[in-house]
Amino acid sequence: MSNQGKMDCGRRRLIVATAAVGGAGAVVALVPFVSSLLPSERAKAAGAPVEVDIGKLEAGQMMTVEWRGKPVWIINRTKDMLDTLPKLDGLVADPKSDVDMQPAYAKNETRSIKKDLMVVIGICTHLGCSPSSKFKAGTEEGMQADWLGGFLCPCHGSTFDFAGRVYKSKPAPTNLEVPPHVYLSDTRIMIGEDKKGA
Amino acid sequence: MAGGKIEKYKSDGSIGGNVLEWFDARFPATSMWKEHLSEYYAPKNFNFWYFFGSLALLVLVIQIVTGIFLVMHYKPDAALNANGIPIAFASVEYIMRDVPGGWIIRYMHSTGASAFFIVVYLHMFRGLLYGSYRKPRELTWLFGVGIFLVLMGEAFFGYLLPWGQMSFWGAQVIVNLFGAIPVIGNDLSLIIRGDFVVGDATLNRFFSFHVIAFPLVLLGLVAAHVLALHETGSNNPDGIEIKANKDENGIPRDGIPFHPYYTVKDIVGVVVFLFVFSAVMFFAPEGGGYFLEYNNFFPADPLKTPPHIAPVWYFTPYYSILRAIVWNFFGLDAKFWGVVAMGASVVIFAFLPWLDRSPVKSIRYRGPIYKTMLTLFVICFVVLGYLGTQPPSPVGELVSQICTLFYFGFFLGMPWWSRMDKFKPVPERVTMK
Repeated sequence: MSNQGKMDCGRRRLIVATAAVGGAGAVVALVPFVSSLLPSERAKAAGAPVEVDIGKLEAGQMMTVEWRGKPVWIINRTKDMLDTLPKLDGLVADPKSDVDMQPAYAKNETRSIKKDLMVVIGICTHLGCSPSSKFKAGTEEGMQADWLGGFLCPCHGSTFDFAGRVYKSKPAPTNLEVPPHVYLSDTRIMIGEDKKGA
Repeated sequence: MAGGKIEKYKSDGSIGGNVLEWFDARFPATSMWKEHLSEYYAPKNFNFWYFFGSLALLVLVIQIVTGIFLVMHYKPDAALNANGIPIAFASVEYIMRDVPGGWIIRYMHSTGASAFFIVVYLHMFRGLLYGSYRKPRELTWLFGVGIFLVLMGEAFFGYLLPWGQMSFWGAQVIVNLFGAIPVIGNDLSLIIRGDFVVGDATLNRFFSFHVIAFPLVLLGLVAAHVLALHETGSNNPDGIEIKANKDENGIPRDGIPFHPYYTVKDIVGVVVFLFVFSAVMFFAPEGGGYFLEYNNFFPADPLKTPPHIAPVWYFTPYYSILRAIVWNFFGLDAKFWGVVAMGASVVIFAFLPWLDRSPVKSIRYRGPIYKTMLTLFVICFVVLGYLGTQPPSPVGELVSQICTLFYFGFFLGMPWWSRMDKFKPVPERVTMK
């Protein structure tokens, strides 16, 4: 500041006003740059629903299809696989699927529309790796002796059961996400669309 | 040593002398040369630990020069070519197979990335040994931490560019880390990715960050780091201030001009470094899967995570800390706390100047407590680094939790344990061991 002790207040107000207007202009100039970082219109338009033929999916098998750039698993669960689910209610973090990670029609014991057919996004809810299938119980696939079968995320060790429910005390915070899907017929599923139609 | 006191260059009448005089009258050439090289007095007792600063500068130059030439052939494009291979991945293979000399430029760049971190880690360790971060060099240290952070960003962005499996899934994991931040997290990771999944938009912006934005910031920080160092003068293995003892000309009695003494000494370091660097580049460019991960020789596949995924070795200690946190606190889940712990484990280095309360700087005059703590810290760092390269296991989880606890204990307990030690008297003048 001026060391003469006197300040020209009018001039000072002008300096403050100029700096404020200039600063506001600089902030506004950021808008196009930040908005250019957001997904483009083309990226937003992508992600149409995918129709899948599951006619050849045998019991105990799993297939992967791409929807919105993500893997979606369709698992044809055997009775043995389904029988493991109630046994695990005490070991999984959210046994009743209370966290909103599925459409209302999949908020049930098996987290699916049809009991045996599981449709789930194969992306770990921790940091987005795709878990590997470890369907065989026990130590055969490198798991613990009390393993009943399910999925293991290779990145940070989260484990999931055959309904995509996450085990307790694992890094993944929620169950795997069930995408909106609808059965067009017994062997055809549309992924990315509800009954209401989108 | 202020620039004003230094006299301008006077020509001896020769043509070269006249040109230099003309130039020096219009640019602070002589004063800068003297201030930073020929009359920058560095302590005379530097040992081999003092090579790593100049080596870091050398690696920076290697990375910039090789990078310029790689960009001439590389294509940041995630679309598939006629053979169904992503164009970015194919362009790296093209550099390796079809561009004359391309393979060696690429190996220089990939080996340089790991060499950069080796050199920088050793440079930081030197700081821990001799208390280089202590007053009055706190700002030099802070610029250094800034360089380290930018370097990590630079390495992370660069690793996506070959568009291999590890590139893709590594980026997927790290970008999702930001999603763990409450409220703004999901939007933030969307802004970083530029799409709902890691894709072409992500690849292009990472390319832009890697070749333009971050290198510019890095160069600015390196200049600030060196300028701040030259303002206070260098520390030394005895951790004493040579400026406290000056001769009648105002020159520190324990100082020698940086040029020619240390420029020549550093050339010896450069020769040894380039021996090792060339050996890796020619005989083990993949560094046993640590410098170039084997899974990255597969093109990115968004539908399948490789069965074993780990970051490149220089990130693994922090990655282990991320994995070690598996508990929920205060209604926020473990994912968030893992990210917080990982971020804190890097940023905590910035607080060292204020955490260390010992009356001496150098390890030479510190007692057994510091020596034990520093040894354990290094062991923990290496163990965390090793575990980060391994698949998750219950034993590994427990060990990484213990090491994480010690890692933070080392820093957070420092204000107390650094004072309790048995100290030796610090000499007046530097010693030549």
